[in-house]
Amino acid sequence: MALINKNAAQISAALVSNKRVGQYHQLIINIGDLAQLCKPGNFVAISVGGETSGMVLRRAFAISRVSTSTTFGGTMELIVAPHGQGSRWLCAQPEGATLNLVVPLGTAFGIPTEPVQVLLVGGGYGSAPLFGLAETLNARGCRVDMLLGASTAGKIYAPMEGKRAVNSLRIYTEDGSMGQMGRVTDPIASLIKDMDIAVIYSCGPMAMLSAINAITSQSDVIHQCAVEESMACGIGICMTCVLPVADETGAVSMLRSCIDGPVMDGAYVQWDKVGQVL
Amino acid sequence: MTSVDLSTTIGNAWFPNPIFTASGCASSGRELAQFFPLNDLGGVVTKSVMSKARTGRPTPRMAETPSGMLNSIGLQGPGIDAFIAKDIPYLIEQKARIIVSIAGETVEEYSTLARKLRSVSGISAIEVNISCPNVENRGMVFACDPDASRRVIDGVRRTIGGELPIIAKLSPDVTDLVSIARGVVDAGADALALINTVLGMVINLDTMRPHLGGKTGGLSGPAIRPIAVRAIYQVHEAMPKVPILGMGGVSNGRDALEMIAAGASGVSIGTASFGNPMALISVAQELKDLLNAKGFTSLRDAIGFAHRIERPQ
Repeated sequence: MALINKNAAQISAALVSNKRVGQYHQLIINIGDLAQLCKPGNFVAISVGGETSGMVLRRAFAISRVSTSTTFGGTMELIVAPHGQGSRWLCAQPEGATLNLVVPLGTAFGIPTEPVQVLLVGGGYGSAPLFGLAETLNARGCRVDMLLGASTAGKIYAPMEGKRAVNSLRIYTEDGSMGQMGRVTDPIASLIKDMDIAVIYSCGPMAMLSAINAITSQSDVIHQCAVEESMACGIGICMTCVLPVADETGAVSMLRSCIDGPVMDGAYVQWDKVGQVL
Repeated sequence: MTSVDLSTTIGNAWFPNPIFTASGCASSGRELAQFFPLNDLGGVVTKSVMSKARTGRPTPRMAETPSGMLNSIGLQGPGIDAFIAKDIPYLIEQKARIIVSIAGETVEEYSTLARKLRSVSGISAIEVNISCPNVENRGMVFACDPDASRRVIDGVRRTIGGELPIIAKLSPDVTDLVSIARGVVDAGADALALINTVLGMVINLDTMRPHLGGKTGGLSGPAIRPIAVRAIYQVHEAMPKVPILGMGGVSNGRDALEMIAAGASGVSIGTASFGNPMALISVAQELKDLLNAKGFTSLRDAIGFAHRIERPQ
C-alpha cells in the first residue's frame, strides 16, 4: 500500500501532435522523463475543459505507447474517441496546447519472464494499449498474435506500424464491414486448443472481457485484462470505480479499478457480480 | 511578505492551518500522501467508518454534473477494527492530525464506535456523520430528524467522555438547519461540519433509468458551494461561538475565504481533490496569500467577518 502510484506526478505537458485516425484521435503528448516510468496498461488522468470549465473531473485514458527517444524528449501516445463532452474538448485541442496530467497511474500488464505464446484481444479502441504491449512482449521473445473486434470497420483501431510487433492480426466486425463477420471472442476457444497460448491480454468493453474470461476459466490460460469502470479521481480516493474481486482465499471485496487495476487477473474478477451489491 | 497566522481550533483541538480533507474524499490518506506530506494539512478527516466492513452500493457510483458530481458509494469501508489497526497507525506515522469520521445505522452503533475510539491515542477529534444520504436505509438519515440527531450526539458524548471534541456533520437537506444545529450542540457537540452532499439524481437517457446503481447520490463540487456558504452563515449567525468546519465545493483560496468569512473556523476540501490531487495544498497557499493581501495577520480575525456590522473598506 505504501507504493500506491509511486511514480505518479501531476504535470503540465505540451500536446505535440493531434491527428484524426478514422473515428479516433491520436494524441502525442510530451511528458519528458516520465515516459520512462510508463508501462503498458498504465493510464493517464487529464483535466478537461480549461480553467473556467464546469467539468470538475479528470478523464482517464489508457496510454497506448510511449517513446523515450523522440525529438521532443519522452512522449506518450493516446487514442481517444471523441464521444463525451470531455473527450471532445481534448480532441479539439491544437498542437502546442498545454494539458494538465497525472501520470502514470494504475497497474501494468505483467510481462512473462519466459518467451511464451500470447494472444492479445482488443475491442474497439481498447486495442490501442495492446500495440505498445505487443512491442514489449515481442522484445521479450514472445510469439504475439492479435485479435481485434468492433461493431463496424470505422471503430477498428489498427495502425500500420503497430502491426509490425505482432505475428498475426485478425479483425472481426459484427457487421462484416472489415475482416471476418462475427465477434472477436468467436475464435478464442479453438485458438487455445490449437496453440500453446500461455497468456491472453485483453482490453475493451467489460462484456468482451467477461466473455473471454468465460473461455479462459475452462483452461489454464492466464487472463490479464484491463477493466473499465467509470472513475471520478483516478488516484484511489473517490471509491467510485470499484468491482468485485476475490482474493486467494476466495473472499470477495470491492477493489478500485484505478489502483488495483486497470490491469487485473481475470480469474479473480467476479464477472457475474459486476454492478451489483455483494 | 508578512506572515499570516493560519492556526485554528475546533473545540480543544489545535491545528496549524485550517485546511482539511473532507470525509470520504481522501480515504485514510495513503493515496494523497503520494502527492504531498499529510502533515502539511490542518488535518485528515478520514472516510466515515462503521462497525463492520461494508462493500457499499453497486456501480455506477458516480455521474459528473455541471460544476459537480453525484456519488453513491454507500460507505464502503473496512470496519472500525481494521481501521484502528491499520489506518490510525499509518496516519500517526505520517505525523498527520487525525479527525476520525464515524457513521452508524443505529444510535447504538455510533456509541459502539465511540467506545472503540475512546482508548485510541493520536486522534484530534471525532466527526459524527449523521447525514450521509447514501446509506441504503433512507429512513435512517438521522440528520433530517432533530430528535434522532440529538440522541446520536448524546450517546457519543456520554461514551467518549469530555475530552475529544465532537464535530457533528449535518445535512443541508432539511427545512430548519439552525434548529438541528442547536439540538446537536445542546446534546454535546463541540463543533459542526457543514455541509454534507445534497441529495440528487441523474437519469440516463440511454437506459431511461436512474444512472446510479443506488439511484440517488450526493451532489458535491462547486455547484453546491452557495448552499454551503448560506448554511455556514445562518448557523454562525445563530451560534457564533460554535466552531464550524465548512465544506462544499471549495476548490481555491477564494472559496475557502468565503466560507471563513461566513463563519467557518476550518475548511474541508473534497471533490476538488478528485480533479486536482494537489488541491488541498494550493487552497492553503492561496488562502494565505489572500488573507495577507487583505491585511489579515491572523485567520481568526477573518472568521465570521461577513457578519460584522461595519463593512470592510
